[in-house]
Amino acid sequence: MDNNEHEHVIEVTDLRRVYGGGFEAVRGISFHVDRGEVFALLGTNGAGKTSTVEVLEGLARPASGRVRVLGHDPYEERSAVRPWTGVMLQEGGFPSELTVAETARMWAGCVSRARPPEEALELVGLERRADVRVKQLSGGERRRLDLALAVLGRPEVLFLDEPTTGLDAEGRHDTWELVRALRDGGTTVLLTTHYLEEAEDLADRLAIMREGRIAATGTPAEVTAAQPSRISFRLPDGYFLGDLPPLGELGVTGHEVDGRVVRLRTRELQRAATGLLVWAERAGIELRNLDVRSASLEEAFLGIAREKEKEEVAA
Amino acid sequence: MSALVLAPAGRRLRALARAELTLLGRNRSAVVTALLVPLALPFSVRPALDQMDLKAEGLSVGIVLVTAAVGFSFLFAVYSSLVSAYVARREELVLKRLRTGEVGDPEILVGTALPAMCVGLLQSLVLTVACALLLDTGAPQAPYLTVLGLLLGLVLSAALAALTASYTRTVESAQVTALPLLFLSMLGSGIAIPAEALPDRVADVCAYLPLSPAIRLVRGGFTGELSGYEALVAAATALAWTVLAVFAVRRWFRWEPRR
Repeated sequence: MDNNEHEHVIEVTDLRRVYGGGFEAVRGISFHVDRGEVFALLGTNGAGKTSTVEVLEGLARPASGRVRVLGHDPYEERSAVRPWTGVMLQEGGFPSELTVAETARMWAGCVSRARPPEEALELVGLERRADVRVKQLSGGERRRLDLALAVLGRPEVLFLDEPTTGLDAEGRHDTWELVRALRDGGTTVLLTTHYLEEAEDLADRLAIMREGRIAATGTPAEVTAAQPSRISFRLPDGYFLGDLPPLGELGVTGHEVDGRVVRLRTRELQRAATGLLVWAERAGIELRNLDVRSASLEEAFLGIAREKEKEEVAA
Repeated sequence: MSALVLAPAGRRLRALARAELTLLGRNRSAVVTALLVPLALPFSVRPALDQMDLKAEGLSVGIVLVTAAVGFSFLFAVYSSLVSAYVARREELVLKRLRTGEVGDPEILVGTALPAMCVGLLQSLVLTVACALLLDTGAPQAPYLTVLGLLLGLVLSAALAALTASYTRTVESAQVTALPLLFLSMLGSGIAIPAEALPDRVADVCAYLPLSPAIRLVRGGFTGELSGYEALVAAATALAWTVLAVFAVRRWFRWEPRR
């Protein structure tokens, strides 16, 4: 079989996952990841990210729906899929009494297309810690070891479950560099993350999950484009919202006033900002704490979280 | 795409067994249990043996001792040390991690068990030779029965360990969950007490305990007093237990900690 025939390296259709106690962690999601793409699954804790990834990794069977990795069912056709996938679990999974080098050597003995273990450790910057027992590693170093094992078998598809949780800023950037380098080498990457900047920086496409469903999906730009831009500032004493030019003419679609602080939402940021600043210039007033920002993934994310709260209030 | 070269199962087993052997060597209490208990325990029951009328049963102290030693080796070097190993690997998420890779489920269990089984085998061989030299047991009369009993006993002990690990939550509780089989086997399977010393009815029932047939074969090999039919029944019983245990492991083994 030629794996290159499958443009959709990962295909998920109407996936549901139900736990033993009856809890429905994943409630019918569909998405696909193309060859050489970095795809990020975002969501708050309990949104169903790990539950989804575990099905893709072939660790768990879906309650219903269809999952294909490189054209195969990762659970039923383990042996057809595993030589091509690399997995980084959310938590370690190493014997604490083995050293880093012994752990890498064991894993290298278990994969068919292994890099030399030293090379994998070098990729994640752990080569100097090779003789240290796993139990003595810091949380960040364990994440790196896990990443080293995930890439040890030169995978075509890489599953990274919160790869940078517990890493310092430098470690996080190192990991991003490695993921980009692997992507440039043709590796397909599916990652979950809490860090919105990580998804914004790294992902070609992403999906935001909420309560087991996909609430938004697309490129980071598409997902953020659905959100309004924001302007906020402090009105000087003696001025009120009514003193501003008519908000509709500025292209403002919504506003909030909190004491003297005004927040405006708009889909036409330049027009709204220009109108506001020209008005302030002419009136000779200083808008303190002026903050003008395009929509960000963070706002999209928070917007989706807020929708949930609204639903809960309505219910 | 580079040609797919499947890592042969043998290479994977070796990698797993090597790591597990390293871990065994670094766990002092496991080493003591696995190596010293089977050597020390048989000799602690010797005074009791001296008071039994073994000659009337056609047994020598040496043969009873070597059988006991092999039995203790099954129980401590293999069974109880493996219950702890399986539980420890599961609780450290090592088993889950391994299952994300190319290693198949049976390979994970076998690879983890190999070092303990090898320790058990070596120990039994050393004990056999030592008893032959020191206690005049002589070479086994029917060595193939002893070897068959050894192999069946080792495999069954490992399979029972995996099964016990399925319902053991922590390494500490493994000390408790392993006890029933340890006691039952020591008392009923002809390890601490020779089967002949049990009342006949009890002995008849105890002959069907999991480790009884393996012990019977080991001893029958030494004495040469096991008929072909008896040997066949013992081997079939041991095999039946093994099949049952393997089936139960496939059905109930837990690969991840309970949350």
